[in-house]
Amino acid sequence: MIELRGLTKRYGDTLAVDDLSFDITPGCVTGFLGPNGAGKTTTMRMILGLDAPTKGTALVNGKPYAEHQFPLHEVGALLDAKALHGGRRAFDHLLCLAQSNGIGRKRVTTVLEQVGLADVAKKRAGTFSLGMGQRLGIAGALLGDPGVLMFDEPVNGLDPEGIVWIRTLLRWLASEGRTVFVSSHLMTEMAMTADRLIVVGRGKLIADATVEEFTSQGEQWVQVRSAKPDALATVLTAAGGTIKTADGDQQVHGLTSTQIGDLALGAGIAIYGLTEQRATLEEVFFGMTGDSVEYHGLLGTENASAA
Amino acid sequence: MSGTDTMTPAATAPEPEHFPTTHDKPTQSTLRAALVSEWTKLRSVRSTVWSLVMTSAFTIGLGTLFCWAYLHRREQRGDRQNAVRALLFDPTARSLNGVVLAQLAIGVLGVLVMSSEYTTGMIRTSLAAVPNRRVFLLAKTIVLAAVGLVVAMVSVFVAFFMGQAVLSGDGLGTSLSADSVLRAVLGAGLYLTLIALFGLAIGTIVRRTPGAIATLFGIVLILPLIAQAFPEPWDVRIGRLAPFNAGQAMFSVRYDPDLLTPTQGLFVFLGWIVLAYIIAMVTLSRRDA
Repeated sequence: MIELRGLTKRYGDTLAVDDLSFDITPGCVTGFLGPNGAGKTTTMRMILGLDAPTKGTALVNGKPYAEHQFPLHEVGALLDAKALHGGRRAFDHLLCLAQSNGIGRKRVTTVLEQVGLADVAKKRAGTFSLGMGQRLGIAGALLGDPGVLMFDEPVNGLDPEGIVWIRTLLRWLASEGRTVFVSSHLMTEMAMTADRLIVVGRGKLIADATVEEFTSQGEQWVQVRSAKPDALATVLTAAGGTIKTADGDQQVHGLTSTQIGDLALGAGIAIYGLTEQRATLEEVFFGMTGDSVEYHGLLGTENASAA
Repeated sequence: MSGTDTMTPAATAPEPEHFPTTHDKPTQSTLRAALVSEWTKLRSVRSTVWSLVMTSAFTIGLGTLFCWAYLHRREQRGDRQNAVRALLFDPTARSLNGVVLAQLAIGVLGVLVMSSEYTTGMIRTSLAAVPNRRVFLLAKTIVLAAVGLVVAMVSVFVAFFMGQAVLSGDGLGTSLSADSVLRAVLGAGLYLTLIALFGLAIGTIVRRTPGAIATLFGIVLILPLIAQAFPEPWDVRIGRLAPFNAGQAMFSVRYDPDLLTPTQGLFVFLGWIVLAYIIAMVTLSRRDA
């Protein structure tokens, strides 16, 4: 369980994190979503006691992080795959972390096997690819068998197989009743992994809802192609629909495809095409965060939602 | 810690919805755990071995070389000149002269113990594991002091014995039983150890390796030179307070009016280290990692 209350971080004139208050509950994967620079990493660093909040508090299992005597037994975190000494062998990297929290050598071997790095345990961490670095960081997070897990952009740099592996791991950790908090700037990735999404932009909370609630938020319409668009429009408008014309097709809002089909049949208008459309999660995401993206490129912003 | 190996799905059955699992909390103190961890960190990077080897090599190799060079030059001088010089000659200090360079090697090790955490990004992982920053700095200090003391003491004693072996060929050597000699050799070993801690404190304050090394070298090597620019008698009065000159008082046998007494030297040098540690502790506690 992670509890944020009015968490705020100011760097000079910039509010990196602006008055965030929410709970991250056990037993589900909570996605922490926002464009780059939205304050996700800073929030996670404050939860871990690495950065001091300007205002507000972050509690982990009821206490500020730093007050846990051996915090790796409470919280495991992957902040970034480069947060290690490249000259140290993978095994020694995990061993020094384990020892600092009274965890034995056997457990180091176990987590190395779990993340699939047992064969390269004696290699220096600096020789690892980004994906292997992520796995090593995840091994470190699992060391203390903690009830709370936090991952900052864990799929970064992973190959498709690795991404599926992370997704499965996160789902499994949550199914065991652990609190799983994962950040990402990829909406679709989060929609596949998370149960609940917390969206931030420019440090502010934009939305906090389940994935289903999110999906249903998106605009829905029916794309219609017919023999007599004008006549159909009159019928559909009378039935309560609103119509936009695009490329000869009509976009009908407020009526289902069944209703439209029945109405067209009643009016004797032939229908050639009838497609239900819904804004993609990405479009929902961009709709919410569009104003809060810190660094717009000059080119391609119009097409951003299509990317 | 029997309960820490329960991560596999099979082991967490039969109640998958139940968390936490049966893991036992360690009973040891935070500091004890941090000490074991810091020892692993120190021994598992190559820079540690390298800087300790350099420390030993400079102390022993240069100390012996200085003694040999003294004899060599002595042969080229007249008897009268040598008789004057013999009055001022400090065979103990001569055999320990390698400390001048060795202090840079062990000082760099001290710097790296902390600055490498920042330069590599390891600091975030380290402080997430040991959030009590006082314990974190204390554990690093104790482990570095222990390792540094062993290497430094062995090095200075070997340097002393080898140096005296060279000098005694001309009857110029001294022995540990002579007045103040043991104190001077121990003083040199202690000086090297404390320089490592000084480096650690500076590494904590400056955080980046190049800047921290430059700061350390500046204070140790350049400060005495700057002091010389002051008009008499302030050049001496200020100069002897510089860390290296204060340290030199610790490992000289012959009284030098330009230096402090050995005890004064030790306390002045400790003063520098305490000051550096106070600043290090404040900055480490206040700054974001």
